[in-house]
Amino acid sequence: MTQALSRTDTYLPDFQALQRTAETGGQTWLREMRDNAWSSFSHLGFPTARRGNEKWKYTSVRAIAYADFSHPQDLDPDTGAGAAELKRIAPWNDDWMNLVFVDGRFSKVLSGGTGNANGARVTSLADAIRSDGELVQEYLGRYASVEDDGFTALNTAFLEDGAFIHVPDGQSTSSVVNLVYVTTGRSQPRVSYPRTLVVAGRNSRTTFVESYIGLCQEPYFTDAVTEIVAQEGSRVEHYRLLMESTQAFHVGHCLVYQAKDSEYESASFSMGAGLGRNEFEVLLDAPGASCSLNGLYLTTGTQHLDNMISIDHAKPHTKSRLLYKGILDGKSRAVFGGTVLVRKDAQKADARQTDKNLLLSDEAEIDSKPSLFIYADDVQCSHGATAGHMDDNTLFYMRSRGLDLEAASRMLIQAFAREIIDTVQLQPLRDYLDKIVLEALPTASIRLGGGS
Amino acid sequence: MAGKDQTNGEPILSVRNLHVNVGDQEILKGINLTVNAGEVHAIMGPNGSGKSTLANVLAGKPEYIVTAGEMVYKGQDLSRMAPELRAREGLFLAFQYPVELPGVRAWQFLKAAVDALRVHQGQEEMSAREFDQMLKEKVALVEIDPDLVRRSVNEGFSGGEKKRNEILQMAVLQPTLALLDETDSGLDIDALRIVANGINQLRNPSNAMVLVTHYQRILDYITPDYVHVLLDGLIVRTGGADLALELEAKGYDWIKETAGAGA
Repeated sequence: MTQALSRTDTYLPDFQALQRTAETGGQTWLREMRDNAWSSFSHLGFPTARRGNEKWKYTSVRAIAYADFSHPQDLDPDTGAGAAELKRIAPWNDDWMNLVFVDGRFSKVLSGGTGNANGARVTSLADAIRSDGELVQEYLGRYASVEDDGFTALNTAFLEDGAFIHVPDGQSTSSVVNLVYVTTGRSQPRVSYPRTLVVAGRNSRTTFVESYIGLCQEPYFTDAVTEIVAQEGSRVEHYRLLMESTQAFHVGHCLVYQAKDSEYESASFSMGAGLGRNEFEVLLDAPGASCSLNGLYLTTGTQHLDNMISIDHAKPHTKSRLLYKGILDGKSRAVFGGTVLVRKDAQKADARQTDKNLLLSDEAEIDSKPSLFIYADDVQCSHGATAGHMDDNTLFYMRSRGLDLEAASRMLIQAFAREIIDTVQLQPLRDYLDKIVLEALPTASIRLGGGS
Repeated sequence: MAGKDQTNGEPILSVRNLHVNVGDQEILKGINLTVNAGEVHAIMGPNGSGKSTLANVLAGKPEYIVTAGEMVYKGQDLSRMAPELRAREGLFLAFQYPVELPGVRAWQFLKAAVDALRVHQGQEEMSAREFDQMLKEKVALVEIDPDLVRRSVNEGFSGGEKKRNEILQMAVLQPTLALLDETDSGLDIDALRIVANGINQLRNPSNAMVLVTHYQRILDYITPDYVHVLLDGLIVRTGGADLALELEAKGYDWIKETAGAGA
């Protein structure tokens, strides 16, 4: 591990308070898991860009490390946010199963919808820890290792609540599960530790949406971990929306384990967070496993968004598709770091990895570093990255048809984004994204195409 | 002048002593051209003579700088109008190389263009239904595959489809002055016939067209009122439709020699 910033003791009082609460009525295994995670975190600390840490080369988390975030135990999740406001801001459909988490804890009052779990188990993680002990114990933290990632260790040290989805063999969640993680403005500056565990049984089907939303303008920190276990022949459709406020820090780590013939489809949309990091790690651990990861990131102002996607082709006949696109404005910065690893035995692996960026301002910056590591000899792999401004001749063509520069630019930007939005298979979510992406699109500083 | 003797309509375009630079290089060196309502003009000339520059500067291509002279369109000074304003006032350029717009549906693009034009004229935007109906008629007129309007503009279109799509846009926008920049180049004989047929159907007494072309063959289908020969940034000869045939027979060298002799 690379040198760590040693500001871990800021979190110690909250950690001790949590463990004290847990002593009465908590599960021993969970207390031990947290203890172990805490000791990892105190050892690892926060990552730094020094000593050639490629994973964090372009993103500094000093601002997180040196802030004093707290995680009070006494905030009532049911009173932190208004239901109407949530429905207006978050993706929401009354036909879905909507689970709302306020400042990291499940709110029964704000959750709702007529969606039916149809044999699957969809509940808060706190509830699942109490009543589904064995299954939760088997998978929680199994793939999100606390050994080498400080943020995952910190999340696990504070593991308490979040979402749990278990789809038994051969079942499917008949309606969409919508997880809304909200941070309110109470008790600043604060940190929350959302945790999501999805276990998709053999030949099961499930679709879930995970969004992160901020209702305050002050700085806060979200340290999120999502674990997805896709068992043999299962299909998991996962949508992730990052819509934190402009002052927020967000570090999200999503780990996906895929068994034989499983399919994982993901679309990630990042609009919000002052400093945001999305990390996906997908392990294709058996033949026939395939994944498709699409992403769109929109940055403006002084935002910094970092996408780090690692796909591990551990076994033969595995397939991955990755397409990420960025639209950058202002003085913002985005990072795309993608690693596709094809192990020695993973013959007939098929991998494609593409990152495309549209720069609307001369001051925006993209660091795009997709990389392939191939140790097998019979594979099909490709990767590429592009970045460019809007083309003057294209803008002239559109203007010569009567569209003004702003309308033409907007149409081009929307079209660029649409390729990713169109991968969303849920119509209500696609409509929602069309609207919010349109709103998030920059209007002020579109670089003029050299014309009047 | 060797043009037709008939009385023509109101002047639509009047270009006087037009000089245009691209970068430091002077491409047009004093063009004079008057186009009246109901007329079709052909501008011919070898590669590099400035034909495309003339079409593009009239449409408002930003990097083309007018250094002297004037372009008056329907009584307005074109050089003071943004390209979109020229378009809304009824000026249309069919591009030599139509641009691909990935992700922008042709339907959406054309609807936006029609609405921009209508709003400029103080009309309401067109309803989707009304637009659909109108588009269907125009699609039939230019014999284009109806599926193309549901696809991204020009993306993956063949060369012929791109050119036909330009004519479709022209049919939809019904310009007062259409500039067709080598719309005939790269077309096979069937596509050429379809494109020419579309152009002929759009021809009427209140509009005008300027065909920029390297070859005479499109003029087998569209009979121009005037043919102008452009050489090295200047119109060196103007005549009737027969001038195109003479050019075809004798080549541009003949014009170069006679132009040189006359200069």
